[in-house]
Amino acid sequence: MTPLEKSVLLVLVASVIGSLGMAYLKMGSAHLTRSIGSFLNPKLLFGIALFLVSSVFYAWGIKGEDAQLSVLYPMVALGYVWGLLWAKLFFNEPLTKQKFMGLGLILLGVCFVGLGS
Amino acid sequence: MSTNFTNTIPQPDPSARRNSFLLVFACTILGSAAQLLIKTGMNHFSPHWLAVVTNLPLVAGYALYGINTLMMVLALKNGEMSLLYPIIALTYVWTTLASYALMGDTPNIFKNVGIATIVLGVAVMGRRGGK
Repeated sequence: MTPLEKSVLLVLVASVIGSLGMAYLKMGSAHLTRSIGSFLNPKLLFGIALFLVSSVFYAWGIKGEDAQLSVLYPMVALGYVWGLLWAKLFFNEPLTKQKFMGLGLILLGVCFVGLGS
Repeated sequence: MSTNFTNTIPQPDPSARRNSFLLVFACTILGSAAQLLIKTGMNHFSPHWLAVVTNLPLVAGYALYGINTLMMVLALKNGEMSLLYPIIALTYVWTTLASYALMGDTPNIFKNVGIATIVLGVAVMGRRGGK
């Protein structure tokens, strides 16, 4: 495996873990009440832990000379695609044409920003 | 819309929907500020605990990330993850603009087209009542 392939794989893993973290934040948010202590519910804490793990993979992926940010930057945005999948699987949210169009444009935009970086 | 559909998917009222959007919007501005602060802090990073905890930009950056996460949780409570999560891409827009203004980055056509396309995508996401 070349260093670039290794970076791509690490950032891909980071995007999957990060998007799962977001799903757990959403699950945890359902347990919020008016008390501050309700913020410390297991699902929310697990979501935050997933964010931390994700950022470790991301930092590991982008270090090194061969890590081209123009390739890796848009890959983080792939997390939004996994997020759509989790939203359907875990929360049964409707996936509308509007969401696919919006997400498509956002991904395209992030790719352009990556190309210019 | 069938009754079965409304039973499984709670439809938030319009003001809750708008508040969720505004919260995530604010998150993207804070997130971008956090990135710039952490980048500044890393420029004079030294791996000693005292140096790390007295590195104000670094500490402020991570504190902002903490606040950000709390705001995101509040937004997700009343909003759809499939709508709110991709909006975080606005962070790229603020970070790119702030890098032009504060870090002396040179604008180029790719970045400019990119941020315009992201804004368009978020606008499509946020359009009310579209299917």
